[in-house]
Amino acid sequence: MSKHTLSVLAENKPGVLARIAELFSRRGFNIDSLAVGETETKDISRFTIVVDVADSPLEQVTKQLNKLVNVLKIVELDPASSVQRELLLVKVRADRAARAQVLETVNLFRARVVDVAPDTLTIEATGTSDKIDALLRDLEPYGIKEMVQSGRVAIGRGSRSITAASALRTPYG
Amino acid sequence: MSRPNPQLLAQRAAGARPAAVPAASGEPATVAAPPRTPTTGAGSLVKSLEALGVKVAFGIPGGAILPAYDPLFDSSIRHILVRHEQGAGHAATGYAQVTGEVGVCMATSGPGATNLVTPLADANMDSVPIVAITGQVPRGAIGSDAFQEADIYGITLPITKHNYLVQRPEDIPRVMAEAFHLATSGRPGPVLVDIPKDVLQAPTTFGWPPVMELPGYRPTLHPHGKQIVAAARMLTSASRPILYVGGGVLKAGATAGLRKLAELTGAPVTTTLMARGAFPDSHRQHLGMPGMHGTVAAVCGLQKADLIVALGARFDDRVTGRLDSFAPGAAVVHADIDPAEIGKNRAADVPIVGDAKYVIDELIAAVEAEQAARGKPDLSAWWRYLDDLRARYPLGWEEQSDGTLAPQYVIKRLGEISGPETIWTAGVGQHQMWASQFISHENPGTWLNSGGLGTMGYAVPAAMGAKVGRPDATVWAIDGDGCFQMTNQELATCALEGIPIKVAVINNGNLGMVRQWQTLFYDERYSNTDLGTHKHRVPDFVKLAEALGCIGLRCETAADVDKTIEAAMAINDAPVVVDFVVGKDAMVWPMVPAGTSNDEIMSARGERPIFDDDPL
Repeated sequence: MSKHTLSVLAENKPGVLARIAELFSRRGFNIDSLAVGETETKDISRFTIVVDVADSPLEQVTKQLNKLVNVLKIVELDPASSVQRELLLVKVRADRAARAQVLETVNLFRARVVDVAPDTLTIEATGTSDKIDALLRDLEPYGIKEMVQSGRVAIGRGSRSITAASALRTPYG
Repeated sequence: MSRPNPQLLAQRAAGARPAAVPAASGEPATVAAPPRTPTTGAGSLVKSLEALGVKVAFGIPGGAILPAYDPLFDSSIRHILVRHEQGAGHAATGYAQVTGEVGVCMATSGPGATNLVTPLADANMDSVPIVAITGQVPRGAIGSDAFQEADIYGITLPITKHNYLVQRPEDIPRVMAEAFHLATSGRPGPVLVDIPKDVLQAPTTFGWPPVMELPGYRPTLHPHGKQIVAAARMLTSASRPILYVGGGVLKAGATAGLRKLAELTGAPVTTTLMARGAFPDSHRQHLGMPGMHGTVAAVCGLQKADLIVALGARFDDRVTGRLDSFAPGAAVVHADIDPAEIGKNRAADVPIVGDAKYVIDELIAAVEAEQAARGKPDLSAWWRYLDDLRARYPLGWEEQSDGTLAPQYVIKRLGEISGPETIWTAGVGQHQMWASQFISHENPGTWLNSGGLGTMGYAVPAAMGAKVGRPDATVWAIDGDGCFQMTNQELATCALEGIPIKVAVINNGNLGMVRQWQTLFYDERYSNTDLGTHKHRVPDFVKLAEALGCIGLRCETAADVDKTIEAAMAINDAPVVVDFVVGKDAMVWPMVPAGTSNDEIMSARGERPIFDDDPL
């Protein structure tokens, strides 16, 4: 088993998320993380899906995803040749005594404070999942009151684009 | 089966065009908008169906679909009012398979739609092009648990090739054109179109042809030339090749090419349950059906092969038995139109994605070239081995020790008397396997059954659809007494609509295949398999047939079999049901017990062919 990051380009239509999620659940694959958003083309959505699965079942799921009529393209993004990021918002206990240390951790990780209350700080951080995990580990002793994490988003390095029109709109038949 | 080939498709879509393709060329495509006439959503639906060439639809009206039934009343489309929506779905499947056209079924929202779930799943497993049109509660009521509301779009997501919930009346022509295109092209399959009642009632305009918007749908029809050459090389160098033929060959209309390829290579052929008729049973190179109830020669032919050329087949578990010991010495060429089938169950050494017709035609040319260069391989040792197996383990049966009628004999005589032009449908179970084994299948498109899903109750409604599609043909449904009790109400439809099908109920009083497993694997503990159709004669199938407006006949002895079949054959103006009362202890052989290796094949109870002295 290993983690794979898939970028799925699909028509922006109702039901597409359900179709994609159904394929994973049918084979008993747990989706580690999922992020959906618009692309530079307004009728195309981009799904970034992280799954923990062996290579051969992943190939089968990829092929099944390709069969979905609304799916335009699937690319697996290798961590070495792509930029992969997650967003974290975390509310940490930080009273007068702990505040300076918490802020130091925030600075070390190049995170930001986005909300302040007398006894808590709300921190925003982006980065790889390793960085997010490390930040959380360092903040944990102060007391994490609440946290929310986005799904991973990823884009390939270099000038090539997987969403280039020529790569998508080929005639069928 | 004349089937959805691309030419036919282009014609059937009646000019429906793919979306403009501007990006690659940089020029926007200019498409003149067709003139639009005012109508309602329902009117637009019926006009779309007419424009798509639909001649027949099977269905039942109800609240949400009611608006569509009003313009249908004046339409050229013949609507056949069935007795249960499941019947409409299987009838559409039967119709599609004998005509090569899309089968159309219709139902209302909620229970009407959910009754279509089984035939949709069935068509999905067996890749049959049908389009189901369902009414839905009005848009504003969706999600409110309204009367007769069911999320049929969500329910059928995993069991259709694609489905739609239509939100705007102006989308109807495009959605219908797309639905028909998706159903028939690539790997065929079922498409469901769910239309809310208020969308059907809303005023709109109708124009044809619409522009299809399917940017993500690009089935690969033409195989890669390099792969074809690689496959042809293997076919001309293998010493133990076998052609493993699946339903895709029938769907591609590639049976003439298959015969040519088989004769060119001299390789043995095995046809799966979905491909019976793709290659004549009477052909010397035909080993019969593979798999759990396949012939010893076909099963061993695959096990001992050094090359399997799979054409439109999917290495189903009923064919391979235990995968890890399936055909251990074989290299695999796997050609299928669906890339997801390749490598799914068995790794392919030469994967080929393409329509079986193009694959086979191009293989023929490539094999001819290879043979011209290197000559034909010597397959005589291979054939000696296979011929010996055929001689030692032919299909057959033993007469019942209790003197009851042998079901295999009934089915064999049906095949011989009715002849190879007959269209056969079957339910699921022992009678289905015997119908595959003991009828000589000679022609494509004449054997319809539920292969993938294994839907009991398939035979009668599928026969109804087949007879509507091919009114000139004799259509026999071979059914079990268990299956028959699931869907026989469609005989009322057949009687009233003038659809004179013939039904042979192979009545052993039991759920025969389940009973066979209980005999073999559950210590003869017959839990819940006795249907009482023998013991109590409930129901009496002759009386039931008569009550449904059909002619009922009964046959209980071998001596009466021929004359009963001939009596049934003589009736052409009404549906006929023959109650063949047969022994309950007959079993289907050969058999590879579920979950075991194909090497464990039993040619008969307690008899396992010994392979230790194999010359190969």
